[in-house]
Amino acid sequence: MSDPVLATLNLNKSFGALKATDDVSIDLKPGEIHAIIGPNGAGKSTLIKQICGGLKPDSGRVTLCGQDVSDQSTQVRAQAGLGRTFQISELCMEDTVLENAVLGAMGAENLSWRFWRPALKRPELRDRAEVALERVGLSDERDTRCANLSHGQRRQLEVAVALTLSPRAFVMDEPMAGLGAGGSKRLTGFLDGLREEAPILLVEHDMDAVFTLADRISVLVYGKVIATGTADEIRTSPEVRDAYLGDEA
Amino acid sequence: MRLDEKYLNGLLIAGLLALPLWALVMDQPFTITLVTRAVILALAAVGLNIILGIGGMVSFGHAVFFGIGGYAMGILAYHAQTYTALDLGFFTTDGTKSMPVIWLMAMVTSGIVAFFIGLLSLRTSGVYFIMITLAFGQMFFYFAISWAQYGGEDGLSIYVRNDFPGLNTLMPIQFYAICFTLLCAVLFLFARLQASPFGLALNAARQTATRVETVGLNPMRLKLLAFVLSGAVTGLAGALFADLNRFVSPTMFSWQLSGELIVLIIIGGVGRLMGPVIGACVFVALEHFLGDLTEFWHVYLGVILLCIVLFGRGGLIGLLTGKEGAHV
Repeated sequence: MSDPVLATLNLNKSFGALKATDDVSIDLKPGEIHAIIGPNGAGKSTLIKQICGGLKPDSGRVTLCGQDVSDQSTQVRAQAGLGRTFQISELCMEDTVLENAVLGAMGAENLSWRFWRPALKRPELRDRAEVALERVGLSDERDTRCANLSHGQRRQLEVAVALTLSPRAFVMDEPMAGLGAGGSKRLTGFLDGLREEAPILLVEHDMDAVFTLADRISVLVYGKVIATGTADEIRTSPEVRDAYLGDEA
Repeated sequence: MRLDEKYLNGLLIAGLLALPLWALVMDQPFTITLVTRAVILALAAVGLNIILGIGGMVSFGHAVFFGIGGYAMGILAYHAQTYTALDLGFFTTDGTKSMPVIWLMAMVTSGIVAFFIGLLSLRTSGVYFIMITLAFGQMFFYFAISWAQYGGEDGLSIYVRNDFPGLNTLMPIQFYAICFTLLCAVLFLFARLQASPFGLALNAARQTATRVETVGLNPMRLKLLAFVLSGAVTGLAGALFADLNRFVSPTMFSWQLSGELIVLIIIGGVGRLMGPVIGACVFVALEHFLGDLTEFWHVYLGVILLCIVLFGRGGLIGLLTGKEGAHV
């Protein structure tokens, strides 16, 4: 059994009386897609924030490639190889598609303290950005302002920026959110191939995508992981049916 | 008529070259002084534009650096003209009348102060940032008023303009040449900075700090460095301004001046390379011509400002080029 790339160990987080994260220990192994599903308010986003930084758990650890990053800031975790995409696109709306991707490349190359040569004329940044845009199919839009992109294109760009980082692990918060059936299908195909590059922790509501992609699924209810297993195990688990899936699956 | 922004910028620079030369030929030194004033205010506002335009930090205390620049000039020149020693605590030195030395001191001091002000105020944002920078401005203002050694409320008069090697700075056109050259140099650096990786990251930090953190960059450090650079440029402008008037007083620290610098940028176009320049020219022209007509010229300035904010989001540059400003 190979060592996990990303893991949480007994994470706890409460907001007042509400236990948003209840003793969560999950891990992400090389080459896999581990999906986290659960009803609204189950604490998925809270969990993501504790993994990526930005929200400090009350107790518990987060490790990335064996290193404890629990006390590190968001940017240190990103540098250590965490590539995150957001549920609601977090992009520079006034900038062009290429500029957004170049920003990611700057993070990857740790190259923000350069004051002379224009960012867009630096081959090391530009190539990295162009490759990522090419892969998600946004090359033709490179000079479009992000504000003028369609919702679906913004989702693609969100993934492209994470790609520029060449991360060790992806953490994707509902990448399919708001995509049409066609877009969902395309992105599902893309993520399917991406797992070879770096494993993906995938929070997703689109059950078709989850059951197609996930090697393992964890079900989060009221902040607690009630089950972890393969797609088939989860589909047939009576607790999961009770708590979440109902008759859908 | 829509102009390409590059041509418009070229036109503005050409105008700033032609007008003083015309005034020189027509023997109107006052016009040269007026344009010099515009150029120096523009330089101060270009400094502010680094953080306001690219970084989205509305500093309502930038007069601090303008004033520090002014007092750096005033204090050094005062000790030089009175032949007294300047006691800095750890060592004693003579004053100086040399502009390059004064500029360096103005920029270094402003930069250091900007570092500490930035360190404290960048923890906040929005209205709180505006208020905390205003508070720093007022602190410096009242400090200068009570600083009896250097004139207190009355300020300091410097009898002879400081020297620049090879030039006669008392000739308005020669002093103008110095200011204009510095403005052009700083504009060039601003343009480079804006397009550089640092500029791109700073601009991104204005739009979404979360995104910047998520790619592994530190928005706080980016903003702090921008604040320091911004303070240094405004400090340089302050030293020139004091030299133009051969006088420095606490009004250089006043919050009105901080507000004016913001207004200059808004008139011209926030984040635009030449926004502060066109803003300063319009401001000085209005101040002069309307000020001749009525004491209440600020009312008309207010109306113009209102129109620009309501109808031309990209400022005058935005109106002339037909391109909406990037800043919504």
